[in-house]
Parts: sequence; structure tokens; C-alpha cells
Amino acid sequence: MAVRYGSPLKRAATFYVPLGLMVGATLFPFYWMVITSVRPDNELYNVQMNPFFTLHPTFKHFQDLFALTMFARWAWNTIFIATVSTGISLFCGLLAGYALARLEFRWAAPLGTLIFVTYLVPPTLLFIPLGDVVQTFGIGDTPWAVILTYPTFLIPFCTWLLMGYFKTIPREIEDCARIDGASRIQAMIRITFPLAVPGILSAGIFAFTLSWNEFLYALVFLSSPQQKTIPIGVFTELVRGDVFYWGPLMAGALLGSIPVALVYSFFVEHYVTALTGAVKG
Amino acid sequence: MADQRIEPILAESARPTAVAIPAPVAVSVPGFRRPRRLGQLLERQDILAVVLLAPTLTILTLFIAYPFVLGIWLAVSDKVVGRPGAFVGLENFRVNLNDSIFLRAFQNTFVYTFIATALKLALGMLAALLLNHHFRFKRIVRASMLLPWIVPTVLSTLAWQWMFDATFSVFNWMLMNAGLISKRILWLGDGTLAMGCLIAVNVWRGMPFFAITLLAGLQTVNPDLHEAAEIDGANAWQRYWRVTLPLIKPIMLVVVLFSMIATFADFQLIYVLTRGGPYSSTHVFGTYAYEIAMRAAKLGQGASISLSLFPFLLAVIVFQLWYIRRSD
Repeated sequence: MAVRYGSPLKRAATFYVPLGLMVGATLFPFYWMVITSVRPDNELYNVQMNPFFTLHPTFKHFQDLFALTMFARWAWNTIFIATVSTGISLFCGLLAGYALARLEFRWAAPLGTLIFVTYLVPPTLLFIPLGDVVQTFGIGDTPWAVILTYPTFLIPFCTWLLMGYFKTIPREIEDCARIDGASRIQAMIRITFPLAVPGILSAGIFAFTLSWNEFLYALVFLSSPQQKTIPIGVFTELVRGDVFYWGPLMAGALLGSIPVALVYSFFVEHYVTALTGAVKG
Repeated sequence: MADQRIEPILAESARPTAVAIPAPVAVSVPGFRRPRRLGQLLERQDILAVVLLAPTLTILTLFIAYPFVLGIWLAVSDKVVGRPGAFVGLENFRVNLNDSIFLRAFQNTFVYTFIATALKLALGMLAALLLNHHFRFKRIVRASMLLPWIVPTVLSTLAWQWMFDATFSVFNWMLMNAGLISKRILWLGDGTLAMGCLIAVNVWRGMPFFAITLLAGLQTVNPDLHEAAEIDGANAWQRYWRVTLPLIKPIMLVVVLFSMIATFADFQLIYVLTRGGPYSSTHVFGTYAYEIAMRAAKLGQGASISLSLFPFLLAVIVFQLWYIRRSD
């Protein structure tokens, strides 16, 4: 859309000012995390002082975070859980997406709808009975409790996204391979999957951030401190009753946000494709 | 050792496939062996589909379909942690309807969902229209705009909780130093105000999703249409209302429905910021179900609360499916 403005002043009023306000409001809480995590306690808990900057930045809160909690362990758990559950979901989503996009069989349409519907089932609806199921399988309070349950919302998403992606790859390429003697499976693995790498990457990055951020299942299924993920650990172990350890809390929040922000910033375009791809469904 | 055992099997299975590749037409030749038959079965679309869908369907059955049925059973039982439950019919739902906290949670869920979704749509549309312009640093601005959406909600909500702190709130500091208030505002100390804060944080977190998907919609709008409308004398507002909006209406509707489902079933934002307080005034279905099932150990009662989400969820999903099918 070509939009033209009369004067620089008008452009400032109708464009730069609203944009600036929006960006400011978006980023302010992150600034607040950063500034809180480096201000010493005596400044943090002093109402008289200007809270927007500090002349005595300190890394004490970060040291406390690692000394007083199992933060390093939580970080490792989070990486492990997010990686494995993303791997499982991509594997399942890739096969299912291919089947729904390419193969002609009787239940294709209803199965596609069914998988789409499961994508819309929120964890809030299922966490109580699922806790029971997890106990029955004997995986309560182990990483597998969440590694196996995260795919319930990751697989439908990956399937749906990859299904859409497969439909954009011309069928003829596969037909050529099959005329040359490749079996269906060979054509799928050697020809179609490599062409779908951008779609796989989009789905993978999105699934990874979703499992990194998940809260409810991890809160309910993981209880011992050494099993927790970063979001759960920071939330449960740094708040004792009514006492909030704000310095280490914000340090933990910052460190827990940086990895996803980094992954995201390297793959913004893929992330956005995944986000909008899911909506266009 | 292991290698030796596998080798003959590999040789055996490799031979027939090697034959099959150059001449798939000669499949009807009699006397093919086992691996070949498997390969041939997988050439059939319906059988291959079953094989490819099996892992997905197994996981979804075990961890969605089965718990869903179990959830219905729990909701009509008096199950508590540590002992098996007995069937009690609709007793749990009767208790819910006489529970003032449940009714408050019911009301809160709707207030939270509708107000937050409306604000997210309005602000998201505004952001999308702004981002659709050409300006310097556009990519960085667009990328940073999505940050609230990608970082873990719990962690950013903790930052908000600190900003709403009763004593050290930065908002109070700003308002007091600007001379606008003389007494501290207890942001999370009163039910209505706390609900306002929850909605504000939800809008902050969810607006980027609207902005980016609506931006994707805006970019599909053909600029020629705008030029044509401009030549016909339409002003900017009319062009937006009559040209842009009808074209992006489908994507807008899908975004709104997605967001409504997520907001309706929200748990973490509310649980972290207020835990349903003060005095149980900001509970929604999700947090109250957690409170009853996990804190009070009444699994049956809790399951009946989270199942109360389902009718509304179902209505939105059915509408969405109907809409997608219609627009196809």
C-alpha cells in the first residue's frame, strides 16, 4: 500500500509517535527485567531512588541465582525436553502431514479435521486426567511426563503446517522419481522431504519455543526441584510464601528468555511463516 | 558378532529390492519373497497412510482421547487424591453452580476473554497498519514487536508482577513523581483493578500475534485496488473500510477465534500474576480448576470445573470448522 503524507509534521503525528509508543510499551518489561537484575538490593528496595538506572551495577543476583537454586540443571532440563519433544513431534508431523497431503485414502478428510481439532484442545481442559494417565504409565516427575505430553499440542500444529507445505511442492517431481523406479517411500524420503526443509525448519522452531515456554503440564507433572524446567523453577523456587527474591527472579527470567529470543532472532522469517501458516491452516 | 548376524539378513533383503527398482512393471512375476511383499503393500496408498499416521494417532489417542474420556468420568465422580472415586452423577456440577467463586470465575473468564480479544484486535490492527509502511529499521522493529509473544509467558509475567508491586511499583513511582497521585495504587489489591491488570498483560502478550498475522494479510492486498479506489475519490478511511477490511476479513476471523480459544483457556498468566486473588476474585476456569484439583486434592470436582470450558470451546471450534469449510 502506498501511503502518502502531506508534511513531515503530519507524518510524525500519525506514524512515528504511535509507532514509538507501541515499540516502547512492547519492550519496557524487558528493560525492566534487565535493570532489576543488575541493581543492588539496597537500591531495589528503596522507594526514594530513581528506579530507571543504576550507578552501581552488580552481578550478585546472577551469582545468587546459580548458588541458591538449581538453575543450571533447569536450563539443561528445558533444553533436553524441548529438543526431544520437538524431534518426536516433527517426526510424527512429517509422516502424518505427508499422508494427509499426498495420499488418497478413505479417511483422509475426517482425519485431517480430527487432527486440526486436537490442535485447538487446550491443556487447561486435560491436565487433571492427564496427570492420572502420567501416573499410570509410571513417568510422573520424570522428563518423559512432559516429553510425551507436549507432542499432543505440537504434533497437530506440525502436521497442519507441513501438510500445507507439502501441497505447495509439485506432485510431478515425485511422479518422475516413481517412473524412474523409486518406491513411494523412497520418493517421499529422498525427493519430497528434502524439498520441505524450510517448512520443517519453521515447524521445528515454533515447536521448540512452544515447549520451552510451556507451563501448566510442567507445573503439574514435575515436582522435585531437580526435574523442573526454567519457567517452573524460577516461578516456584524463588518465591517463598510471600517473599519474592526479585533480583534473582529477574536474573532468571532474563536468562530463561534469552535462548528463545536468540533462536527466534536467527530464524525470524521461519518463525513468522509458522505463525501465519498455522492461522491460514 | 551382531554385525555378522545382521549381514545375511541385509543381503537377503537387499536382493529383491535391487531387482524391483529397474522394473516395477514386472511386479506380477510369481515367486517374490517376503521383503518384496512388504514393499508392495506399502505401495498401496491406504496401507501406507495407516503406517504413516500410526505414530501420530497413537500419541493423540493415549494423551488426548483417553484423558478426555477419563476427564468426563472424573467429572461425574467424587474422586479425591489417594482413594478411588465413586459415581455421583451431576453432583459436582450442582456444587459448582452453588459456589460463588465458581460463578465469579465463570463471569471473569468471559470478561477476560472478550475485553482482551477486542483490545488485541484493535491494537493489533493498528500495529499491522503501522508496520505495513516503509521506514528505516523496519525489520528490527517488526522483529522486536514479536518478543512478548515468544518469551516464556511466566517469565515476562513475573516482570509485570514486579512492576505492579504494592510498594515498589514503577508505575506508582512515575505517577507520584509526575504529581498525578499522592497515595500508592495497589494494582493487584482489588478485584476489579487486578482484572484490569490481567487484561493489560494479556493484551501486551497477545497483541504481536494479531499484528504479525494481520500484517501478513495486509501484504496480500493488491495495491492496484487502492489506486483504483483513490482515483474514484475514496479517502484513506474509506479505502481501509471498503477495500482492505473486506479482503482481510477471513484471516481476521481466524485469528480472533484462535486467540479466543487460547484466552478462554488461559491459565499461566493469571496464576502467576494473582493466583486467582485477591480473595478469589480473579479466578478463571483454568486457575480455579487447578486450585480445587491440585491444592484441595478434589480431582473430581476440579475435573468438572475444567470440563465446564468445553461447551464454549466446542461452539468456537464448530464455528471455525464451518467457516473454513464454507470459505474453501
